[in-house]
Amino acid sequence: MDWDALRVSLWLGAGTIALLLPWGIWFGRLLAVREFRGKLLVEALVTVPLVLPPTVLGFYLLVAFGVRSPLGKAFQAVAGQPLPFSFEGLLVASAIANIPFVVQPIQRGFEAIPLDVRDASACCGLTPWQRFVRIEAPLAWPGILTAAILTFAHTLGEFGVVLMVGGNLPGETRTLSVAIYDRMQAFDDRSAGVMAAALLAIAVATLMATTTLARRVGRRRG
Amino acid sequence: MGDRRLSVSLRQPAPIPLEVDFTCDAGDVLAIFGPSGSGKTTILRSIAGLYQPDHALVRAGGETWSDTGGRVFAPPHRRAVGFVFQEYALFPHLSAAGNVITALGHRPRSERRARASELLSLVHLPDQQDRRPRELSGGERQRVALARALAREPAVLLLDEPFAAVDRLVRRRLQDEIDQLRRTLDIPLVLVTHDFDDVIRLATHLLLLDRGRAVACGALPELMSRPDLPWLREAIGLGSVFDAVVARKHPERGLVELTFDGGVLLAPDRALAAGTTIRVRIPAREVILAASEPSGLSLHNALPGAVSAVHADDGVDNVIVQIAVGGVLLLAEVTRDAIERLRIGVGTRLYALIKSVSIEVM
Repeated sequence: MDWDALRVSLWLGAGTIALLLPWGIWFGRLLAVREFRGKLLVEALVTVPLVLPPTVLGFYLLVAFGVRSPLGKAFQAVAGQPLPFSFEGLLVASAIANIPFVVQPIQRGFEAIPLDVRDASACCGLTPWQRFVRIEAPLAWPGILTAAILTFAHTLGEFGVVLMVGGNLPGETRTLSVAIYDRMQAFDDRSAGVMAAALLAIAVATLMATTTLARRVGRRRG
Repeated sequence: MGDRRLSVSLRQPAPIPLEVDFTCDAGDVLAIFGPSGSGKTTILRSIAGLYQPDHALVRAGGETWSDTGGRVFAPPHRRAVGFVFQEYALFPHLSAAGNVITALGHRPRSERRARASELLSLVHLPDQQDRRPRELSGGERQRVALARALAREPAVLLLDEPFAAVDRLVRRRLQDEIDQLRRTLDIPLVLVTHDFDDVIRLATHLLLLDRGRAVACGALPELMSRPDLPWLREAIGLGSVFDAVVARKHPERGLVELTFDGGVLLAPDRALAAGTTIRVRIPAREVILAASEPSGLSLHNALPGAVSAVHADDGVDNVIVQIAVGGVLLLAEVTRDAIERLRIGVGTRLYALIKSVSIEVM
């Protein structure tokens, strides 16, 4: 069992949620409540990471992170190290790859709130922020929770993007899924098997937690 | 009084055409009546600031809420408006009390719980405060929505089809409760409905809306005695509406005596208490005109009057005759032939014959 790889995987999952969820809530809500020109294109762009092969996404991210790109240059100047093949680079890549997993459930969650209910909250004298905190977020909660859990589960399972952008640096960018591949290449079936079982267990536990939470929320709401 | 008046002027060619001007004084109930899709709800949403038409002037409670000319637009949460939505729009994750407390942000935190309790008792829901909306019946939800709307101490109360989702019996009770409430509230109340029963039972004023345009607007009795509203004639049939007082009961005859501005009417006794003021509607189709007072009929009501207007709509055979009976204008729908035979013109003196069972007591 590669404990370092497990640690990297878990940190990456948690980090991706922390980085992506606030933006996802803001953007998913925006897509749910606003009509604007070009909304269809924006929705398509949000979904793109879902249908692209991870290697294609990884390739573009590598180009974008490179020292010749403005983003890569800026990161190098601030952090003193290049973005690719670092945990930070992996985190940013993972956040981008997970956009559809966060935005879509959150958008659906906010879309499920009837217009009248949102209007009623405004007519109760609540400011836009109070409306969000007291009415909209609690009602869109199942969507937000689903987004977080999907992101976590998807990050643990991500392979292509991680390999392209992060490489395979032990303790830094080697996640559990990459470690399994690594062990298989070295004919270490036993280690690979243990780690595969660990990932499977985490995945099942995550999904059970989601279902339980969703059911509890559902029971409370009716 | 004028300070608490609601005045509204909305104009826009598209996408939802609007062309309305009206005012509503404190204590009055303005009913906006029209077919679905005529823009009724859009008017309420514009008053609340939930919708912005091209041209809008909305004043209430002594403040200007919308003035597109002066670039004034107060967002909904800055408008002291009580809005009862069609499907009530209760917050499903909050209890009845929680729903009301949400609208009590202007009160100190420590008072809110008690005030919510008070408001729920006011709408006859003292025991269901901790229930969530899904555990309440349609009528109870409506009451919570009403309590929530009143919680803000609104300068205007807006009701959007408030009885559409409850059955007939509950509807009657809620109508009565809202009628009692508005007497104590003393704020303008705007009611949107497509059911004329609501109008007759609750409204003091009426605005007839057709495709966003105000067809007619005015005090209910005056508007209801106008002979020239073909649109209303087609929608529900013409009929004058006025207030009457239950003067005396004749239990042995199964009748009550109603006094009104034009004399006395005998109507069937429907458990009405003596001394109460009720609203009466007399459908134009139920009124017979006679040149002299008839005798030997089963009829109870023969009211002497003078014709004040005769109106014929294009393409409609029957004619509407307006008769002044004391201070009340009655309408009668008769054939062209009857007009010629009785030589009816403005000023003609005749009798309006009304069967007691044709009198609709609200």
